[in-house]
Amino acid sequence: MQPFATHTGIVGSLDRANVDTDQIIPKQFLKRIERTGFGQFLFCDWRFQADGSPNPEFELNRPEAQGATILLARRNFGCGSSREHAPWALADYGFRVVIAPTFADIFFNNCLQNGMLPIRLSEDDVAELFRRTAAAAASGGQYRLHVDLKACTVADDAGFSRAFTVDPFRRQCLLEGLDDIGLSLRHADRIAAWEAAQGLPAVAG
Amino acid sequence: MSAPRTLLDKIWDNHVVYTPPGELPLLYIDRHLVHEVTSPQAFEGLRLAGRKVRRPEATFATPDHNVPTTDRRLPIADPVSKQQIDTLRANCREFGIRLYDLGDADQGIVHVIGPELGITQPGMTIVCGDSHTATHGALGALAFGIGTSEVEHVLATQTLRQAKPKSFEVRVDGRLAPGVTAKDLVLYLIGRLSTEGGTGYVIEYTGPCIRGLGMEQRMTVCNMSIEAGARAGMIAPDAVTFDYMRGREFAPADFDKAVAAWEKLPSDADAAYDRVEVFQGGDVVPQVTWGTNPAQVTGVDAAVPDPDAFGDPNDRSSASRALDYMGLARGTKIVDIPLDRVFIGSCTNSRIEDLRAAADVVKGYRVAANVHAMVVPGSGRVKRQAEEEGLDRVFREAGFEWREAGCSMCLGMNPDTLSPGQRCASTSNRNFEGRQGKGGRTHLVSPAMAAAAAVAGHFVDIRGWEYK
Repeated sequence: MQPFATHTGIVGSLDRANVDTDQIIPKQFLKRIERTGFGQFLFCDWRFQADGSPNPEFELNRPEAQGATILLARRNFGCGSSREHAPWALADYGFRVVIAPTFADIFFNNCLQNGMLPIRLSEDDVAELFRRTAAAAASGGQYRLHVDLKACTVADDAGFSRAFTVDPFRRQCLLEGLDDIGLSLRHADRIAAWEAAQGLPAVAG
Repeated sequence: MSAPRTLLDKIWDNHVVYTPPGELPLLYIDRHLVHEVTSPQAFEGLRLAGRKVRRPEATFATPDHNVPTTDRRLPIADPVSKQQIDTLRANCREFGIRLYDLGDADQGIVHVIGPELGITQPGMTIVCGDSHTATHGALGALAFGIGTSEVEHVLATQTLRQAKPKSFEVRVDGRLAPGVTAKDLVLYLIGRLSTEGGTGYVIEYTGPCIRGLGMEQRMTVCNMSIEAGARAGMIAPDAVTFDYMRGREFAPADFDKAVAAWEKLPSDADAAYDRVEVFQGGDVVPQVTWGTNPAQVTGVDAAVPDPDAFGDPNDRSSASRALDYMGLARGTKIVDIPLDRVFIGSCTNSRIEDLRAAADVVKGYRVAANVHAMVVPGSGRVKRQAEEEGLDRVFREAGFEWREAGCSMCLGMNPDTLSPGQRCASTSNRNFEGRQGKGGRTHLVSPAMAAAAAVAGHFVDIRGWEYK
């Protein structure tokens, strides 16, 4: 897994609540058997018009969101289907961080498995970030945030700074880019002992 | 004496293998269900790392999401879909996993065949790379959906890294009125809990109304827990559960001994939950969703709401956007909404009792001229049972299509999709934008309500239906 320590990037805002994983990556793209190449289909039904050209109305197609690596959204982001294709598509498009007041549980876990950091901030703080993103766009600019997973802070250059929390084990895995399975297999003896205690036959060596 | 525990506490305690210092617990997984869409990348990960499946006999696979529901003797037309199903076959062969393949008499939707074959049992931990894994909690199991990376973790270790979720008792007192079903109940509950009311929790459904539900109805309720944000929903096992389990293919050989253990699972009388909400079964009327998430729901006797009436700004903008997408005007009576399509199927409502309920409504009627209607049984077994009972004839004679088992138009990965602008009464679980096909408009309802809508060409209140 790609390690995550600090990240500075442009904020792309998506002013919607309950963005489900069917929107993030529609089902017609789930037939592929690879983990890569999903970015081109991210938010496909919103992002493109019927003729395949970019929809100028869609938030991430606006000039201020070009090159965005931090996605800002409203509550319950990533609800619905468990498809890990959703964080794969976000990551492949270029996002490394998603900020929202709340996330759906499965999506939240799936992000952490892919070197992508989901950050929960209060509804008021998220509203403030939307205001600051819009203000930067209104003056023809882009809004940037600095994310520091070591310090667990998210900050801009104009006085906004907030702490966030993340499970200490998940944080360590992200910081070091650790392979979850490798870590768990260190405890294979304990798993085998637990299975034996349940009366399960031993697994073939 | 030890502290009183909930059903969740007991299953959790029974399955924690070890909590390494400073890390998340390793939770043992008893059963792992696998399908073609969320598994190929996991098997590829194993191969790349030179790992094997730790306990192949705990893993069961079937293709369901992306399979044709038309004649199975014909080759799969879409080469990308064919490759995905061929990949599942190759992976199951390579890693020694039991596959209920296309053409197998027991193939079907993974959440239908798990309970049907007795793979799902009370007290177990069960996972699958699918959010509707919550279904299996109806038998008193802790069952939840996982991502593909976690699928790989379970294949390799037979465990998952999990923080213990919080517990949420949703108690339903009283009983459902005639014509009101488990689907109406769960839609009603989601409407009140919101799409994220259950986030971070496992819901345990309790109370006399839940106890009064049959096994398949309980599956319908638990199935949609994820639509309220809860990864898992569960119902304590009782005589209904044990009767359902008895005689199933994978049921324990020493059944009486198993029942004795299962009887210890229900929450202790004074166990504490992190959150409790109480509802009245008698308050529930047949439900119809009007928006683009399952919490945007109302009674069939009501009207499409006015977005401006919502107090919360997120709810207001979501409702406004939803009406726009759904092509609905505020104040329109639900029963005045005309339909183009009707879909009876999905892991929520494709079991034999669902099909019986729909067939009872349809018997002696014809599908309306403006409606294209289809029934997709949840499994090969459900299909055979329905045909033995003559339900297929009832549906066909009324003008429904009668299909082979699969997820079909619940998510429209296969050719069963809505065209842009088409409006569908669907017994499935999600009314998200584009879920059943780009531009398609989905209204979630019970099987009986869907059947009645197919006949009438618009929604009708099933409580006033004239059965023939």
